[in-house]
Amino acid sequence: MKTFLSKAYIWVLLVLLYAPMIIIGVFSFTEAKVLGNWTGFSVGLYRSLFTPGAHEALMAAVINTLIIGLVAAIVSTALGTVSAIGIFNLRNKRFKAVMNTMNNIPILNADIITGVSLFLLFVSLGVTQGYVTLTLCHITFCTPYVVLCVMPRLKQMNPNTFEAALDLGATPSQALRKVILPQIRSGMVSGFFLSFILSIDDFEVSVFNIGTNGLQTLSTFIYADSRKGGLTPELRPMITLVFVAVLAVLIIMNLRTKNNNQTNSLK
Amino acid sequence: MGKIKQFFGRRSSWSIPYLIFMLIFVVLPLVLVVLYAFRDPQGNFTFANVRTFINEKESVNTLVYSVGIALINTIICIILGYPAAYILSRTKFRNASVMVALFLIPMFINVLMRTLATVALFGFIKVPLGQATLIFGMVYNYLPFMILPIYTVLQKLDKSYIEAAQDLGANNFKVFTKVTLPLSMPGVVSGIMMVFMPTISTFAIAELLTMNNIKLFGTVIQENINNGMWNYGALLSLIMLILIVVTNLFNDEKEEASAAGGLV
Repeated sequence: MKTFLSKAYIWVLLVLLYAPMIIIGVFSFTEAKVLGNWTGFSVGLYRSLFTPGAHEALMAAVINTLIIGLVAAIVSTALGTVSAIGIFNLRNKRFKAVMNTMNNIPILNADIITGVSLFLLFVSLGVTQGYVTLTLCHITFCTPYVVLCVMPRLKQMNPNTFEAALDLGATPSQALRKVILPQIRSGMVSGFFLSFILSIDDFEVSVFNIGTNGLQTLSTFIYADSRKGGLTPELRPMITLVFVAVLAVLIIMNLRTKNNNQTNSLK
Repeated sequence: MGKIKQFFGRRSSWSIPYLIFMLIFVVLPLVLVVLYAFRDPQGNFTFANVRTFINEKESVNTLVYSVGIALINTIICIILGYPAAYILSRTKFRNASVMVALFLIPMFINVLMRTLATVALFGFIKVPLGQATLIFGMVYNYLPFMILPIYTVLQKLDKSYIEAAQDLGANNFKVFTKVTLPLSMPGVVSGIMMVFMPTISTFAIAELLTMNNIKLFGTVIQENINNGMWNYGALLSLIMLILIVVTNLFNDEKEEASAAGGLV
């Protein structure tokens, strides 16, 4: 009975948590302008969403989001990995602590302050805000997470394997590629996916740094649209698709970590 | 040996580009927030912004109101989230990790989409938007952030403490209040960190959930920046920043608090 009650509690919470997304998903299959009216099953909204030229602004926003997310994830992963190796090998304890603290700032800071402070940076440097600056902003808040993903792998690594490779005649760069990178790869992959998701989900940093040249990401587009009053009905299928995509990425990631853990425990 | 040393030296220098990057994109912007907060639009040093903040009741009132909402939200999240985390860490589900993942997935959905979906839900069940829906929507948004850290701590808790207490004659209630609850406090503190401050500083959520009728502190910051009142906006950001620094002093398990930790 007790187990039944506690399981029931979990399921009720889950249903409540997912109810909003489920409603959006269900009503993406009807064409009514106002959400809540059911005018019969139809894939019309999906068709209209993907009709070329019908929703150019929305599609442009989606493409911007994906490009910025991809670039930010790639750069953050590279920068974060190199930095994690660097910070891990720092001898000076105080300097190491300073680096770790600085790395934590964007994580602990409120997004709105990250957004406002970067906005002030570009304003006072006189840089016009646009694609490049927005991508830089995203790299700023993604890289710390990559460092946090790679660092535990470095700590788990046996430091002697690297020296062994050198003793056996590997050049340092060979030792890096053949010994260190394979051992931290899973951390890098996690960092990459996490950066991508953080970037495409971001709203509070983006809204201050999209500039005035008409650049929009999906979040800022939705925000502007909802402010005009009355959401574009095509956003319903859009939100549903993004939800399904994020769900898929997270499930793949989860299964991958689970497999990793299993292979690790086998060793 | 010398060669290896030299190389290790070089590897540690790999942190230098990131140091420069962070100085430009993390430290300098925060310094600018402080500078702007004590300047007038012409760039002269002034305390005028501080005076406006104190004299003009609106910002102070919004801050107090936001703290109140954040407090209510945090308490509801603990009341709902703690049992959930406890059950998830104890009960044998057929696939426990999937159950946990299900609770975490909403964290990775765009906050605007989540909020609009919540607004749609309220519309669907015909509840008028106002303070109640604001709190409800906030709980919706932040509950996973409370469950994750508590679950992480409970998961790691050494079961032998509980067995020892039981062996020493404590009943289930006593085991919970004297052993489990105190040992899980770090998770609760992390959860509070992840719910309380973000509630104060969000802006779009409150705007959408109340048809722009109720303002939170974040909304005021955003309005000032958007309307070109950069200096006053910077001062409000600085106040927010000080609040974050102060609350962080109470939390030492920073890395575990990161939303990423549990899932990745």
